[in-house]
Amino acid sequence: MSILIDKKTKIIVQGFTGKIGTFHSEEMIKYGTNIVGGVTPGKGGQVHLNFPVFNTVKEAVTKTGATASVLFVPPAFAADSAMEAADAGIKTCVAITDGIPSHDMIRIKRYMRRYSRNEKMTLIGPNCAGVISPGKSLLGIMPGHIYKEGKVGIIGRSGTLGYEAAQQLKNLNIGISTSVGIGGDPINGSSFKDIIEKFEQDNETDAVLMIGEIGGPQEVAAGKFAKENMKKPVIAYIAGLTAPKGRVMGHAGAIVSAYGESAVEKVELLKECGVIISKNPSVMGETVKSTLNSKI
Amino acid sequence: MDIHEYQAKKILSGFGVTIPRGGIVYSPENAENKARELGGSKWVVKAQIHSGARGKAGGIVVCNSELEVAQATDKLLGKKLVTNQTGPEGKIVNRVYIEEATDIKKELYLGLVFDRSSESIMVVASTEGGMSVEEISKKKPETIIRSKIEVAVGMQQFQAREIAFGLGIEPKLISRMAEAITGCYRAFSELDATMVEVNPLVVSNQEQILALDCKMSFDNNALFRRNQVSELRDKTQENSNEVYASDRGLNYVSLEGNIGNIINGAGLAMASMDMIKLAGGEPANFLDVGGGATPEKIVKAFKLISMDKKVKVILVNIFAGINRCDWVAEGIVQALEKIDIKMPLVIRLAGTNVEKGNKILKDSKINYIEASTLEDAANKAVKALKEMEK
Repeated sequence: MSILIDKKTKIIVQGFTGKIGTFHSEEMIKYGTNIVGGVTPGKGGQVHLNFPVFNTVKEAVTKTGATASVLFVPPAFAADSAMEAADAGIKTCVAITDGIPSHDMIRIKRYMRRYSRNEKMTLIGPNCAGVISPGKSLLGIMPGHIYKEGKVGIIGRSGTLGYEAAQQLKNLNIGISTSVGIGGDPINGSSFKDIIEKFEQDNETDAVLMIGEIGGPQEVAAGKFAKENMKKPVIAYIAGLTAPKGRVMGHAGAIVSAYGESAVEKVELLKECGVIISKNPSVMGETVKSTLNSKI
Repeated sequence: MDIHEYQAKKILSGFGVTIPRGGIVYSPENAENKARELGGSKWVVKAQIHSGARGKAGGIVVCNSELEVAQATDKLLGKKLVTNQTGPEGKIVNRVYIEEATDIKKELYLGLVFDRSSESIMVVASTEGGMSVEEISKKKPETIIRSKIEVAVGMQQFQAREIAFGLGIEPKLISRMAEAITGCYRAFSELDATMVEVNPLVVSNQEQILALDCKMSFDNNALFRRNQVSELRDKTQENSNEVYASDRGLNYVSLEGNIGNIINGAGLAMASMDMIKLAGGEPANFLDVGGGATPEKIVKAFKLISMDKKVKVILVNIFAGINRCDWVAEGIVQALEKIDIKMPLVIRLAGTNVEKGNKILKDSKINYIEASTLEDAANKAVKALKEMEK
């Protein structure tokens, strides 16, 4: 098992025919992702990378039976595309696009409130590397070969720091059930807590590695959830020890503006929740390993 | 993106918020004329820099004659003001705002920000205007009123009224106060702001509600659709290396240390800086060249770091995914052919085709220290620094 996607998940690419969409679609197809088509308004009826292109997500869903999408639409139009996916009945939408205005993100989330829990789309990202269930499916831009198949769930904001973690685990011969990039924006589709909850329910995930950073309340909210509801161990690393207050560190959401948002404070609050802390980014793999060993 | 007080006030006035009369000036003669034009017998001369707490730094001067206005302006123009928000290097005053003095009866605080927990717009108000919001929450937390606004439908009249009553405004002024609050909300929501702070918002003895000072920040991701806002950018208020970086698509923040670093991805950049700190060093900067780390970006990054006089050692940490290490290594070699770097250089490559990448570096003429892990890279950078300092 894995969360969000598996081998059978039918996937469409939003922004399929663009340069970035094309490049990463080819990579995903090579990995074995079950892509069934794509959407680019105005290019419906064409064939791209041997798959049909549709004008609307609704049409793509009706014709292909797709339940997931990956979104490479430029920032100015990305919010609209995400809402279109939700409306067309897509269950999981992974938004890779970087640079979506925060006001647009709030609009998407408000728009999705009209759906009942069962009908609601899970939005991952934006500004993220995507989702990978090693050996099964890749919905995103990460290099598939550094992810070994296994039983650790990863959730992180950063792309490359997530790769670092996957590589450390692979070097220790530890595999991953699913790795989810939730993105670096202040307002995002799914929070750490949303994903950690899915990992707790996944019977093939044994432990969760959470790679957080400065800014916002999400890591601590996930820690509190873990304390009250989780049986599986949670390991965390929080980046940004040296970040000055009030400065944006690359990710729009990586800014310390209130108590509990600095790396030191988050680590303290997570410890109180019983989360195991990886004391530096070089030992994320080893910390997972020792946690798994102590469990047995 | 931040803007100046006078620009923020002009925006607010467009949304129906009353502001004192005033004008921007660039010389003492200008200032004297402006004071005469405004009339009255009391003026406030305000240095325009991107920072709060200007008063304590001498950036705000109350004047009782046109001559004083000219003298105060003369003193402020070209001066570097150091406030508790600018850092020790301060910010240069290139513009001065001359405003008619206001006869203040009551000073209030009004701020609007994104609330990341509820994903809505939060209005924060207090009767203790004039103090910073941090100070208010420490000294007078009981005076703070918070109101969450549902963005889908915007601020309702009753919400603005509730805040106004909460601030103890007398009944006859309630609707005027509610109008001012609604105006601030509309500016926030219609211009893609991330922060609007009116401090103080005052009730004058003439029963006017006036925005006396205002700070605004905007979402950089939304500037593409806010031309009237992006025009207001004043690069003289930003760190010059940061301006150089942002104009070239690099994410850069200048810091106090002396180990310069070039990394791909914001999270990995923060993590590498953490490792430098844990190894006993201090990072000179945050620099994310983007997850893709194209050779062009790497050249620009080396140029940027070489402009920073503080830097004694450079650490490069690239985790190559779909962009392969061999491609990244070629980028590094190209960069170092163009830019002469004399200081120790530690390079750690990881990810796709790492062996090929390291071979390209080894076979090239560049002088560098190879590192294998994050920890190894940080330790070697700090060691190189300590050897130089011996």
